[in-house]
Parts: sequence; C-alpha cells; structure tokens
Amino acid sequence: MKKLIAVLTVLLIASALVFAGGNGESSGSGKKVVKIGVYEPASGDNGAGGKQETLGIQYANAITPTVTINGTEYEVQLVIVDNESSNDKAVTAASELVSKGVSLVLGSYGSGVSIAAADTFASAEVPAIGVTCTNPQVTLGNDWYYRICFLDPFQGTVLANYAKDTFGAKKAYALAKLGDDYSVGLCNYFIKAFEALGGQVIYETFPEGTSDFAAYVTNAKNGGCDVFYSPVSIEAAALIIEQANTQGLPMPILAGDTWDSNVVLAAAKGTNVSISVTTFFVEGSTDKQITDFVDGFKGYLASNATALTNNGGNDEIAAVTAMGFDAYYVALEALKKAGSTKGADIQKILPGVTYKGVSGDIAFDKNGDAVRNVAYVKKVDNATGKWQFVSVQSVK
Amino acid sequence: MDKDKRKDLIIALALIALLFVVVVVLEQLLPRTSMLFTVLKKGSIYALVAVSMNLLNGFTGLFSLGQAGFMLLGAYTYAIFTIPMEQRAVVYQYYDGGIIQFSVPVFVGIVLAGIVAAIFAYLIGLPVLKLKSDYLAIATLGFAEIIRALFQWDKLGGLTNGSNLLRRFPVFKSSIFPIAVSAICIAIIVLLINSTYGRAFKAIRDDEVAAEAMGINLAHHKRMAFTISSFFAGISGALLAMFQTTVQASQFKSAMTYEILLIVVIGGIGSITGSCISSFLFIACSEWWLRFLDNAETYIGSFHVPLLRPGFRKVVFSVVIMAIVLLYQRGIMGDKELSISGIRKRLAERKKKKVKP
Amino acid sequence: MGFLQTNLPYLLAGISTGGQYALIAIGYTMVYGILRLINFAHGDVFMCAALMVIYSASYMPLYISLPLAIVATGVLGFAIERVAYKPLRTAPRMSAMISAIGMSYLIQNLALYVTGGLTKYYPPVPFISDSIEIFGAMTKRVTIITPFVTLVLIVVLVNIIKYTKIGIAMRAVSRDFETAQLMGVKINSVISATFVIGSLLAAIGSTLFFSNYTGVTPTVGGMPGLKAFVAAVFGGIGSIPGAVIGAFIIGICENIIKGLGWTTFSDAFTFVLLIVVLMFMPTGLFGEKATDKV
Repeated sequence: MKKLIAVLTVLLIASALVFAGGNGESSGSGKKVVKIGVYEPASGDNGAGGKQETLGIQYANAITPTVTINGTEYEVQLVIVDNESSNDKAVTAASELVSKGVSLVLGSYGSGVSIAAADTFASAEVPAIGVTCTNPQVTLGNDWYYRICFLDPFQGTVLANYAKDTFGAKKAYALAKLGDDYSVGLCNYFIKAFEALGGQVIYETFPEGTSDFAAYVTNAKNGGCDVFYSPVSIEAAALIIEQANTQGLPMPILAGDTWDSNVVLAAAKGTNVSISVTTFFVEGSTDKQITDFVDGFKGYLASNATALTNNGGNDEIAAVTAMGFDAYYVALEALKKAGSTKGADIQKILPGVTYKGVSGDIAFDKNGDAVRNVAYVKKVDNATGKWQFVSVQSVK
Repeated sequence: MDKDKRKDLIIALALIALLFVVVVVLEQLLPRTSMLFTVLKKGSIYALVAVSMNLLNGFTGLFSLGQAGFMLLGAYTYAIFTIPMEQRAVVYQYYDGGIIQFSVPVFVGIVLAGIVAAIFAYLIGLPVLKLKSDYLAIATLGFAEIIRALFQWDKLGGLTNGSNLLRRFPVFKSSIFPIAVSAICIAIIVLLINSTYGRAFKAIRDDEVAAEAMGINLAHHKRMAFTISSFFAGISGALLAMFQTTVQASQFKSAMTYEILLIVVIGGIGSITGSCISSFLFIACSEWWLRFLDNAETYIGSFHVPLLRPGFRKVVFSVVIMAIVLLYQRGIMGDKELSISGIRKRLAERKKKKVKP
Repeated sequence: MGFLQTNLPYLLAGISTGGQYALIAIGYTMVYGILRLINFAHGDVFMCAALMVIYSASYMPLYISLPLAIVATGVLGFAIERVAYKPLRTAPRMSAMISAIGMSYLIQNLALYVTGGLTKYYPPVPFISDSIEIFGAMTKRVTIITPFVTLVLIVVLVNIIKYTKIGIAMRAVSRDFETAQLMGVKINSVISATFVIGSLLAAIGSTLFFSNYTGVTPTVGGMPGLKAFVAAVFGGIGSIPGAVIGAFIIGICENIIKGLGWTTFSDAFTFVLLIVVLMFMPTGLFGEKATDKV
C-alpha cells in the first residue's frame, strides 16, 4: 500500500513537471505570442478588488486579443497569478510570472504586494505598470515600476479637504489596518493634510483577521468625531458599514479608491450610513469611448457567468475594472512603441507612452507615476444602492 | 572502522561540494529567472529553520511554537541595521528617516540577527521553560504573537517603521549564498548534536527525571537548546528577509510556525537530513510543481480538464500532506539520518542477500 | 447615564464575543481532556458551519438551513475524527497534532477553492440580527442573546456529562484512557460523541458570531479559534467551567483594551494575559496538577 502511494506521488510530481514545462510556448494558431503578466490578488483580503481589476484586463484582452509589433501580428496571452494579497507570497508569485517569460506586468491591486514584488521585477528586467496601487513607495527609486493611477499624498489631501469643506469636520477618526501599506499610508497623508487645515485626528489600527469592529465604531462615537475615515480593504469595509448601521453611527464615512466597489454598495443599501469615496472613474459620462466601454463590459458580464461571479454577482462597474481596462491598452501602446517584446526595450520607451483611456488621459512623469490631478468623489445612494456622482476634486 | 568513518566523511564532503558545483553550473546554464532557483533559495532557508526547530522539538523534546517570532526578530534586526544610510529617508518616510543612523555590513547584520533572536529567547526562556508540553507550546506561540504586535506598534516606528514594509537592504542574487549560509549553520547544529551537549539534550527528551538524576542540569540545558535554536531561527529570518527583499511583521503569523512544524514532522522528528529533504520538497510542491493546477484553461488534447481553477493547487497540496501524515506516521526519515555509512550498510546487506541463494 | 452610555457598548460586545469564544473553547477542552490532542481544525469547523449556512440558505428557507447546517457540522466533526485522528491513535502524540494542522489546512484550502477567495456574507437571521437600543447604546439583539444561549447550553452539557451514560463514560475516559477501555467503555463511540458535541456547539457559536460580524472568509476561523484555545488553556485545559470563564474574561478584556485605544494590541493582549496566568498557575485556573510519575 505504502509503495503504491509512493509510486503515485512520484508519478504526480513527474506529471507536474511535464505540465509545468509543457504549457510554455504552445499556441495553436501558429501566431507569435507576446505574454503580459497579470499580477493580482484573487484571494485574501484584496481578493474581491483584485478580481475586478483582472476582469478589466481580461475584457480588454477579449476585445483586442492581438497587437502588431514591428509589422508582425502577435497574439496577446495573459499570464495570471494570484499573489494572495500577502507580501510573503508576493515574491514567489512574481518569480512565477518572470519565469514564464512575460514581457511586462500589470498590477497589483493593493500597494503592499506591489512594493514587495518591485525588486523581483526590476532584477529580472521586466517592467511593471501598476494599475491602482497608490502608495508612493511603489515607484519611488525604481525605474521598472510605472503606474497609471493617482498617488496617496494627493488622494489623502483631497479627502481631507473634502471632509473639511463638505462636512465642516473639525475632528476625524482614522482607522487603518496594521501591516497594510495602503491604508496606513493613506491615513498618514490624510492626517497630515487634515491637521494642516486645523483639524484633529484620532488614529487607530486594527490587526489582521479582525471581524469585530464594534469597539472601533464606538471609539469614533465616543471621541466626538465628525467623520469616520477608513480607507481599508473592502472586506473590512462591509463589516464596518454593518457595525456603523447597527450602532447608528452619527457621522459620514469617508474612504479612498478601494471602497468604490459593489460590495460596499450591497452593504450600504437600505441603511442610513452615509459613505463618500474618491475614485478614478465615473460611469455616467456621455463620451462615446466611455459608453462603449460601459455597454461592452456589461454585455461581457452577461455572457460570461464566471466573470459575473468575479464581479460580485451584479453588473455594477468598479473603477478598478476601468483602470485595468486602460492599463491593458497602455501595455499594448508600449509594446507597439518599443517595437520589441523584450522587457528592457519596453522599459526604455515607457516614459514617453501616452494614452487616452476611459479613466482620462494617461502619461507618466519622471518617477513613473501617472500625471493625474483630478479625483472623482462619489457617494452611496442608500435607497437604490447605486453610486451618485458628487464632484471632481483637485488640489492646487 | 575508524578508517571507514573518515572515508564516509570525505565522501559526504565531496558530495556536498559536488552539489555546490551543480548549482553553480545550473546558474550559468538556466535563465536566472527559473523557478528552480526560487525553490532552492527558499528551500534552503526553510531547511535551516526546520533544523533549528528540530533541535528543540526533536532532540530536546521541548515543544515550542515560537519559531515565527524568532524569525521575525532576525529579519527585522537584519533589515534595520543594514539599510544603507542614503535609503533610510525613503524607507522610513513617515518617521523622518528612523532613529538608527548607521548601517553595518551584511555578515555583521546576519550574525546580529541571530544574536538578537538569541537574547530574546534567553529572556523569554527564563519564565517559559518551566512549563510543560502543551502549555509551553501555547506560551511560546503567545510570545511570538506579542512580538509581532510590538513590532507593528507605531510608537516604535522610528525603529521598526511601524507596520510598514522595511526594504532597500542588501540582498543576495545567487542561490549559492543562502545555501552556503544554511549549510554552515546546519553543520554547526550537527556538531552540537553529536557533542556531549547533544547527548544531554537527547537524555532530557527521553526522560527528564532520569536525566536530572544523572546529573544533567535541566534548566541550564533547556535554556541553552532554546537559545541556540532561536539563534539559528534568527539567521534564517535574516536570510528570508534577503530572499523576499522586503520585511513586514504581519507575515510572521502562527500559520508560518505551523508550516515549519509540518516540514519537521514530515521529514521525521529527530532527523536532520529528513528536515532538509522535506523542506525542499515542501517548498517545491507548494510554490512550483503544482502551479499548473491553478490554470483553469488546461486542455489535454481537446478535453477541458475539469475542477482546475485558482485555489485547486492548494487543495491538492493539502491532500498530499494529509496522505503523507497518515501513511508515514513517523515522517519520511523517521528518526534515522541519510548517511553514507547507512547507504553502505544497505548496499552490503543487499549484496549478501544476492550471494546467499 | 453618560458613563454607561459610552462604556456599555464595549462591555456588551465583550460579553457576547466571550460567549461565542466559550462555545468554541468547549470543543477544544473536551477533545483535549480525552485525547490529549490540540484539535487545530476546530476553528475551521467553526468557519465551515458558517459557509454551510450561507450556501444552503440560497436554496432553502433559513429555518431549515440553519438546523441542517448545525447537524452537518456535527457530522463533519465526526468525519474529521474518523479520517484524521483515529488512524493515529497509537502513533506519537506529535503525529496526531500534525494531522490536526494538516486537516485545518485542508479545510481552509477547500473553503478557499469553493468560495473562489471572495468574502461571503452571512444571511441576516430574523429577530436576532435586528438592531435594538439598550440604555442608549445601539447593538444587535444577538449581542444580548448570546450569553444566555451560552449559559443554557453549558448547563445542558454539564448535566449530560454528569448524569447520562455517555457522559459518565467520557469522564472515565478522560481520567484514565486504558483503564476505561479495560472496564468495557466503548472508546470509539465516546470519542466520536465528544467530537460531535464539540462541533455542534461550534456551529451554534458560529451562528451567533456571524449574525453579528457577517463576513466569512476561509481564514476567519483562525483568530477566534486561537483565542478560544487560549481561553481553554487559561481556564485549565480539560475543564469545561474553566474554559467558559476563560472565554468570558478574554472576550471582555479584549474589548476594554480596544476601548482604551490600545487597538494594536487587542490580539496580543490575550496572550499577555495567558502568559501571566501560566506563570503563576502553570496548569491554568482550574487545571489538574500534573505529577510526574517515575
């Protein structure tokens, strides 16, 4: 019996090796293949957001599956790995992408994993384009990481201004997750900006694996705060909204781009919790490019059951999906412009790549960050469970 | 007999040297990005920490679950003291460049990592080592969790960068480095186990009361095993930091300790070679060989393989682990070692069997 | 009134999480009492119970799916014991524990695979999920109900252990495994019963817990599981009243710590408490003193 099991195990491992070697370059049609790595979380804290971002990339890949580089048509193959929203799994996930020979990488949702993998991509000379990782550390001092979204110092300031101007807030409660570079960073910038405006902040953090937010909501209430600022993952978001509703939180909740998600909408529907977020994209535009994207993507969801599940079960479009969609085309632009599928060639021309996407104009500055100076503010309509556009915010 | 022993030692050393040569050659031949090297690096780091845990659990019979905490101490010590001066402002961006205003060379950093972990272990050991079996386990696990929370505390941010990532410290490129460091450390542990101290440890494991009656100072030896084990856990933590290029306290969860414990038990409690073999197998299985199971678009011919989608890899992996745990109750190696003399004996026996009929 | 209004929410949350930890801790402590095994998979059974409710609730009304899921959890506990622990009963103690860790891995990864990594949300249970006001503090009704449910269940359990045949057998087995076997106690059915009872209580605990904190992820059982285990050790592992008292102390302290603003240490504090207790009482509050026999 033991021997049989041992033999079976060896066979399994052997077949694994064959497989691992096998799914390399084969492409049925005989077309040349260029690989784009998709480095996103599909599980863990940021699983839901990562899946929505991946959906945008997959949808873009479905409608534009080829790219012409130097007169030759290449088939674009997406190589998707799951970085599990965890900084220690990130390195091996990134190595996996690199070992598959991708030309460039898109992602990730969540800044921590992007920072963790940045050196792996850099040392393998594979350029990466961050889609919605907003922490400044992602690109700072790294020539191989670019990004198409705005940054946290900007976002934090926008939110601080918004809290002051719209809600007349004097005291804010800021809540971040321990060990999450995104929320800790965003809270830090918010606190700086808010205190510069003469406000006061109570700052607290919760450890990983917390599901009981009752005490935090009570702390905000008892502290006499005017806004509840909590730019955390949407997993925690749903629980916070639930608690806020239970305890009748008497102040509005403010959050960053992560909260622009249908999970938040579902949690807030039918409650009295007021939620405002800053984000990259609003659906309501009449611009042809945007309406095409919105209609097309909804059609894609309707025809693809897996995609619909990954989007959270309804066809509300998350901003990160639009960003993923844009990132894919930025990648194609880069490939075209470089005239090569080699990472080093792409990296050289990336600073000059520009693209007009559904989320606005995209161009890179000298750090590799996107030149973006507006953020949209949206608000939850509690009765319908939809987003309501509030304003366009910018900082001088 | 002595001659045989010397011969075995020479063969063993030659084999180890050969292994290094093979790795060096592979590094030249294969693309640097191959997953093989990722597995070699991470595998050797885990081998070290597994052996250090084995020293405690397998050889001294102290059931401790604090390994992740000591790795955290090592990783942070290394990172904090080796980040180059010019990078500190960037890394400690919320804490004005941090409070440590010097940096030390890589090797000093690694040794320091071990020392800090050992000091903490000594202090923790004073009260904790009086506890018995499961109570000791949960107390050490508790200390690991407390250390983790402490390192995330923003009041210590000038030192630990709060709960944010530490990075930009010197790292290794070649997989020779972690393998060499781990090999040296494991060799030291082997020497220790074969010394009088090692025999005292084993006596404590087998029967505390008898060991004490024979004149072994229980408290002293237990503390010593605990401190030494943590020293090497600290070094492996430093190596892990270098492998990952970033460090963050939140990753050193109790799940990490369980993982190491799994490696130790699968390899065989009380077997150094078992721990090494199983750590490479464990890492290769979890990070490399089974990845294809996550690919939902797998076809054999035109047959769409069902069930495959992200996450399936882990299900298969845990089933494999359960199978090993249930079928090989004493681990792959039991408490035996893979050794040249053992192999020679086997071969000799086989020859005899063949001759007999 | 003002003082009560500001501090009551912490106390309420503390008592209710304490009750939920207690229901999980009983499973740990009973299994340990009989098998000397730390059942690491217990926290994951707790998570599984919630997933079963979520998935079954989309096919049938809640009043069927809830009891069904609770029964199914009992069966799951039984199955885990038969598959993962029974074959290892004569193996070294460490093997059984590793099997428990492996089982916990397996359950988490299966849950990850089934849910696809997305958080699932517990359906609102009518009546107990409603918001109510008590002395000016708003909370869910489940918060108030939990401690009472816990106490009732514990009284029932203690009576079972005291007066029924299986309960007497359980006590005999936990006192002396071999002798009980020699006296004709059917070891296998006693152990199975222990696992089933532990899992049933964890399932009820999970209903109470997730009606309050609705998000269910594959790893959500980890922390409550660990804390319940700490509670069991705290109270002296093997002792049911000890586990319950330990759980309430931990639940309440945890929330007070958060209320004081030491949120970073809300989890770590549990362990500080544990270590302090172990220093002075090496076998917990109500643990039996271990004597070395030479």
